[in-house]
Amino acid sequence: MNQYIGKAMPRYDAQGHVTGKVRYVDDIKVPGMKCVKVLRSPVHKGVIKNLDFSKAMTVPGVVGFVTAQDIPGKNAYGRFQDMPVLAPENRVRYRGEPIAAVVAADEDTALEALSLVSLDIEEQTPVFDMFEAMKPDAPLVRHDSKSNVWVHYPPDITEVTMVKGRVDEGMAQADQVIHGRYSTGVQDHAPMETNVSVAYRDEMDRLVIHTVSQTIYAHLGMLCAILAMPMSQIRYIGGRVGGAFGGKNDIHTDHIAALAVLKFGHPVKYRLSREEDLQFTTKRGAFVLDFKTGVKNDGRLTACRIDIWHDTGAYAGMSPYGLEKCAMFAPGPYDFPHVKVTARTIFTNRPISSSMRGFSVINGQIASEIHMNRVAEALGMDPWELRFANAWRDGDQGVTGYKVRGAGALEAMKKAAELAGIKLPDKLMSMSSRGRQAS
Amino acid sequence: MTHILSFQLNGAPVQALVKPSDSLLDVLREKLDVTSPKRGCDSGDCGACTVLLDGTAVRACLTCALTVEGKQVVTVEGLSREGELQPLQEAFMAHGGSQCGFCTSGMLVSATALLAKNPHPQRQEIAQEMSGNLCRCGCYEEITQAILDTARKGE
Ligand code: FES
Ligand code: FES
Repeated sequence: MNQYIGKAMPRYDAQGHVTGKVRYVDDIKVPGMKCVKVLRSPVHKGVIKNLDFSKAMTVPGVVGFVTAQDIPGKNAYGRFQDMPVLAPENRVRYRGEPIAAVVAADEDTALEALSLVSLDIEEQTPVFDMFEAMKPDAPLVRHDSKSNVWVHYPPDITEVTMVKGRVDEGMAQADQVIHGRYSTGVQDHAPMETNVSVAYRDEMDRLVIHTVSQTIYAHLGMLCAILAMPMSQIRYIGGRVGGAFGGKNDIHTDHIAALAVLKFGHPVKYRLSREEDLQFTTKRGAFVLDFKTGVKNDGRLTACRIDIWHDTGAYAGMSPYGLEKCAMFAPGPYDFPHVKVTARTIFTNRPISSSMRGFSVINGQIASEIHMNRVAEALGMDPWELRFANAWRDGDQGVTGYKVRGAGALEAMKKAAELAGIKLPDKLMSMSSRGRQAS
Repeated sequence: MTHILSFQLNGAPVQALVKPSDSLLDVLREKLDVTSPKRGCDSGDCGACTVLLDGTAVRACLTCALTVEGKQVVTVEGLSREGELQPLQEAFMAHGGSQCGFCTSGMLVSATALLAKNPHPQRQEIAQEMSGNLCRCGCYEEITQAILDTARKGE
């Protein structure tokens, strides 16, 4: 063991990287392999009136098309099982939603075939803004739901609420209440390797899928449900991922490649181009965060009231799960005697939001830290001092009631100041996370 | 319309049947099974497909295959001779110059071209010369260290 501790060790796979020997999924070739491409919704919301492949089928090299009718199991997947594999009941809810897949000899043929599909969609009114979507008369993103707000706790609780103490009491004790509203935008992971799958039947007739999944066991379970196949019949081969950053926590190509193999029997590759990967994979979703912070003139925080709205796009992805993380950490590493956080996940006709690095914790942190600066400004206090006075000490309590152990915000801030060449006053440098001694 | 294209790949003569619309990346990856140049964007933006063409770093995805007739193409497969790693490859390993590794081939090729042109680059020159190679895992500092280290040891 001692030969490893405190030493820089090369990655176990670094030699493969520097010699070009590592085989990523797009580097795999299987004899007779066909190309899969997907027909996607050109509109943000609509009902498919007619879908006709007859002209596309005349292109030499086209094998055929896969639609929702070809799914042997569930046409739904994801952590909350609400994302369709291919447009169900002829409805599309975001621009780029998969409608059907073509299997063809090569990419050029597949793209030519897609351009010849006659697709008749009746466009419906979409909604893109969370606050518009929450109005009572807003068009429904999901025609079968009561509202555009995700039900976090069935049957009807749409809000995630976390409370510690009594916020009203805390606000009454404050000398000032500082208000701020913050928003964070949509972001794509853009890993260097786009999403890709290679799938085929092996000599035992098992389905083999080479995947770039970063959540391989969860995805295997989802594939079993979609394909109505037992795990023993699927060889799901992963582990070689060219970057993911949360973007490969959801299936983007494996399910459709697998359906193509089940229907036509040919080995296939389904690879997203960079343009497709940027437009059609899951994103970090947009947030709006509203902070009201009560504070004494000496800088001690008394209360915090946080409201969070999270835009998940047309389907839930992992957003409701990320939202809970966001809510829990939005107050930041600060000791609020009274705090209440209310958060919701909202559907709009935008691309699906899901996980991305740090999940949704950092969206709350961005808002919380900008807001702390604003509080300091309102008090005419140095922002370092405000943070030092209120940072968690061992034994402080977070919003869900957990006791903080091994707190380290003060030590981290001291180190950050040192690295940034900022000299902090002795009063701050003598503080420790081990306790809040009267200074 | 297909043409027979002949060139030198990593020191050995190769031939392939190519269409005028094929890029050098298509030919390397799909026809010659040389998979170290990666298709990160297929539009000249990421550098993952970088190869040496007569010693100059070029983007294989933007290079029309037919234009390499009779030329020398080198990929990462051609950097290590008889299983011996080059100092630059060793330095990438030692400094943690790769995480997922998807950008690494392009990085190594660009860095090889850089050191051939300028054996003792300054940090700023490295940043400038390597700016066409993206690494989404964020190994830029480690890669810079690996290049500086290689230059230092080459003295
Ligand atoms: S694939 Fe050639 S630059 Fe990105
Ligand atoms: S190591 Fe992953 S993109 Fe560079």
